[in-house]
Amino acid sequence: MRRDLVLRILAKLLIPFVLVFALYVQFHGDFGPGGGFQAGVITAAAVIFYAIIFGLPAARRFAPDWIVESMVAAGVLVYGGVGMLGIVLGGNYLDYFVLAHDPVQGQHRGIFWVEVGVAITVSGVMLKIFYKFAGRRREADQP
Amino acid sequence: MVLLTMMAVLTAAIVVQRNLFAVVVFASIYSFLMATVLVALDAVDVAMTEASVGAGMSTVLLLGALYLTRGDEVKPLRRPLVPLVVAIVIGAALVSGTLGLPAFSDPQAPIHIHVVPRYLAESLRETGVPNVVTSVLASYRGYDTLGETIVVFTAGAGVIALLRRRRREDPRR
Repeated sequence: MRRDLVLRILAKLLIPFVLVFALYVQFHGDFGPGGGFQAGVITAAAVIFYAIIFGLPAARRFAPDWIVESMVAAGVLVYGGVGMLGIVLGGNYLDYFVLAHDPVQGQHRGIFWVEVGVAITVSGVMLKIFYKFAGRRREADQP
Repeated sequence: MVLLTMMAVLTAAIVVQRNLFAVVVFASIYSFLMATVLVALDAVDVAMTEASVGAGMSTVLLLGALYLTRGDEVKPLRRPLVPLVVAIVIGAALVSGTLGLPAFSDPQAPIHIHVVPRYLAESLRETGVPNVVTSVLASYRGYDTLGETIVVFTAGAGVIALLRRRRREDPRR
């Protein structure tokens, strides 16, 4: 693993672009293809790529388990929180029209935060499952 | 047509192949072809999901699972005649079901005359979001997407709970 110079250099070159692409998919999802789900998967894929090339401990330093685990729940809470905010501001559950003075602006805001919630949960789940699989050893290796 | 033929060939290869590593790679290629078909059908959002989840993520997870097990499929003990019959019957039922569907891109199909015209006409004015897929997903069908997110959360929590149980048997913990 230490000697894969080409792979390591390529990974270092590619991963920033993958992450930027994930952000683009996330925030440009209103205008082009994409959205929270795809962006979450792409973010998780970037970290998994990093873990495959540089090893699992390095990736765990970048995205520790407790952060990934709380991401799994935090996304759902963000989504549900947007819904509750609609009730607090005098509308229905998941009613985006009341989130801003201008209804269209409110829709924008609601869709934005909902997509953020989806992205957080999806990338958290994907990363966590990968960590769980990669962290186990082969049956024969176990004492 | 070329794509569908390639997919059929790949499916046959997956069935015949006994080396699971090759099967995983074939399945990944299959997902990429599926994504290309979806692009050809103008469903770019779905194609993106298929390429990232089907070809990327599940390949990685399957390879991770493969590392933990043996790399070859074992020969079945008996000739699998009953499953073959079941598969053929269900396949025939599905094919006969598709015969009842409206023709491809038929403008009078029920899916195109129910709520779709309203979404297409009003989405930009009501939500200010040009991508109708996003506005339907996150706004008109917000409850469905909330349910989907909870499904993803539940699935992740279930996998975590299942895989974590092994750890406690580790004497060092």
